[in-house]
Amino acid sequence: MWLKFEPRAEPSRAMAYLSPLLAVGLMFLCGMILFYILGKNPVEGFRVFFMNPVKDAYGVAELFLKATPLMLCAVGLSMGFKANVWNIGAEGQLLIGALAGGGLALHFEGSPSPFLLPAMILAGALGGMAWAAIPAFLRTRFNANEILTSLMLVYVAELMVSWVVHGPWKDPDGFNFPQTRLFGAEATLPILLEGTRVNAALIFALGALVAGWIFMNRSFMGYQMKVAGQAEHAGRYAGFSAKRSVWIGMLAGGAMAGIAGISEVAGPIGQITEHISPGYGFAAMIVAFVGRLNPIGIFFSSLLMALLYLGGEQAQQYLNLPSSISKVFQGMLLFFLLGSDVFIHFRPRLVRRRK
Amino acid sequence: MGLDFISSILFATIVAGTPLIIVALGELVTEKSGVLNLGAEGTMSVGAVAAFAVAHHTGSPALGILAGMGAGMFMSLLFGLSALTLMANQVASGLALSIFGVGLSAFIGKSYESVALASVDPIRIPWLHRIPVLGPSLFAQQGLVYFSWILIAAVAWFLYRSRAGLVLRAVGESPVSAHAIGHGVVRIRYQAVLFGGAMAGIGGAFLSVFYTPMWAEGMVAGRGWIALSLVVFATWRPGRVMIGAYLFGGCMITQMFVQGSGARIAIPAQFLSSIPYVATIVVLVLISRNRGTIRLNSPASLGQPFLPDA
Repeated sequence: MWLKFEPRAEPSRAMAYLSPLLAVGLMFLCGMILFYILGKNPVEGFRVFFMNPVKDAYGVAELFLKATPLMLCAVGLSMGFKANVWNIGAEGQLLIGALAGGGLALHFEGSPSPFLLPAMILAGALGGMAWAAIPAFLRTRFNANEILTSLMLVYVAELMVSWVVHGPWKDPDGFNFPQTRLFGAEATLPILLEGTRVNAALIFALGALVAGWIFMNRSFMGYQMKVAGQAEHAGRYAGFSAKRSVWIGMLAGGAMAGIAGISEVAGPIGQITEHISPGYGFAAMIVAFVGRLNPIGIFFSSLLMALLYLGGEQAQQYLNLPSSISKVFQGMLLFFLLGSDVFIHFRPRLVRRRK
Repeated sequence: MGLDFISSILFATIVAGTPLIIVALGELVTEKSGVLNLGAEGTMSVGAVAAFAVAHHTGSPALGILAGMGAGMFMSLLFGLSALTLMANQVASGLALSIFGVGLSAFIGKSYESVALASVDPIRIPWLHRIPVLGPSLFAQQGLVYFSWILIAAVAWFLYRSRAGLVLRAVGESPVSAHAIGHGVVRIRYQAVLFGGAMAGIGGAFLSVFYTPMWAEGMVAGRGWIALSLVVFATWRPGRVMIGAYLFGGCMITQMFVQGSGARIAIPAQFLSSIPYVATIVVLVLISRNRGTIRLNSPASLGQPFLPDA
C-alpha cells in the first residue's frame, strides 16, 4: 500500500482551519517524545512547559506581555506575506525601532512633555519603516531579492545596537555594563493592570490587529495586495502596481516591528540593552503562518508562541533544560504546519503500488 | 606591509572563504534542480554543533566532519519531506529549517559552550608549501580547503560534462519535460537537496572544528545566508562561486587587515563586523540590477513545486 496525494478540485476551507490545530497537536506529541528522549517524564514535561506558565493570573498576564510584540510583528508581516513580499527582517526592524524611539527617551530625559511617549512610539514606527524601506527600495528599483537583503539587515541592526550600548549611549554610571540609562517614568509605557507588567503596548497590538483586518479585507489596496499574492499575472493584467504592493507590505511590517521594538524598551526592559528581543521578529513569521495570515488567527497563535517562550523559561528552571528548547518547539510547529497544509490542496488516499 | 603580512592576509581570506565555497556549491546544485532551500543557515548550525560534539568526544576531526555531513543530510531530509513530498512552499520550508536548525543547535550545544578543541595541524603539500608568499597561504591549509577546490572542479564537471548533471539541469529547467521522458523529478530533487545538506553540514563542521575551533550559539553568524547570496552573485556558475567566496572571505577579515596595517583610525569593531553583511547587499544589488542576468541564469523552475502524476 502506498500513500498518494490527489489534488482536490477546490482547496478545502475546513482543512485550512484544522491544519494549525493538527500542527499544534503534533507539536505537543513530539514535544512529549522529546522530553522522553531527554530522560524526563513526558507528562511532567508537558505540565511544566505548557501548563505551569499560565497556572495563575500573573502567568496569564505575562503571556499577554510576551504575545504583544509577536502580535504586532506578525500582523505587519502578514500583510506582506499575503502579497508574496517576503520580509524576513522584522527582527532588525524591531531593533531599529527600539533605537529610534529609545534615542528620544535618552535625549529628552526628564522632559515633562506629555508628547514624549507618543513621539517615541512614532519614532519607533518610523525607524522600523526606514529599515524596511531599504529592502523595499532595493527590490523595486534594483530587483534585489528582499529575503536576503532584509535578513542581512538584521545582522547590521544587531551590530548597531551593540555599538550604541558599548559606545555613545552607554550608561556612564552603569559599571561599564553594555546598556543605556534606565528610561524615566515619563518615557515608560503605563501599566494597564496593577500588579502585572502588561502595558499600553497591548492596546497598540489589538489596534493593529483591527487595522490590519480592515486594511486587508475592506480596502481596495488590501484587495490588490491579495491578488498580487495569489495571482500575480491577474494583478498585473488588472493594472495593479506590483511595486506598491512591495512598498506597502514592507513598510507595514517595518512600522509594526518598530512599534514592537520601542514598546519593549519603553516597557518591560526599560532601557536599551544588547538583548532587546529573544527572536520575536523571527518567531512572528511562524505566528503569522500559524494564524493563517489572519488577524484573529494571529491573536491566538501569538498567545501560543508566547506560551512557548514562557515554557522554555519554566523548562530551564524546573527541568534543567536550556531555554533554547523554545526555539526547537517553534521550528517544529512551523514544520508541522507546512506539512499539515498539504491536506488543504490534496486528498490523501491509500493506493496499491503498481508493478 | 611585509610579505609575511600579505601572506597571512591571503591565508586568512582563504580560510574564511572556504565554508562559503562548500555551502554555496551545495546550494548551487540544489537550486540547479529547481529547489530553493533557504535552510542553509540552520543546516550549517546543526552541522557545526554535531561535528563539534563528535570531534570532542572521539578526538577525531575527521569523524567530526562526517558527523556534520550526516547532520546536514538529516536536516535537508526534513526540508525534502516538507517541500518535495508534501509540496509545501519552498521559501517557508527553508525558513522553517533555518529557524529550527538555529534553535536545535543552540539547544544541543548548550553543554559544549565552555569546551575548546585542540587546533588541527594543517596539511602541508610537499614542495609547494615552500614557495615564498603563496606557499604558506595556499599549500599549508586544512584538508577541507583543498577539498573545496576539488569540489569546484567536481561540481562544474558534474553539471556541464556528465549525463547525470544534464538530467539534473533539465529537471531544474523544465520538470514537466524531464518527467515526460521518464526521469524521476522528485527523486532527483531529493538527491540534489541531500547533497546541498551534506555540503552545508561540512561547511558548518569546518567552522566549529577548524576555524574557531569551539562552539558558541549563533557562531554561524549569517554565513548560510551569505552562501545563498553567493549563488545569485555567481549567477549559478561554480567557478564564480570561488571568486565571490574569497571576496566575502576578505570582507570578513577586514578587522585583521585594519589592525595589521598599522592604521591609526579608531573604527568601532561593530562597523568592521558589519562589512560582510553590507557587502552582501551591495553585491546582490549589483548583480540583480540587470533583470536579464537573473532571468537567463536562474533555473527556470526554481521554487516551483512539482506534482508527479498530475
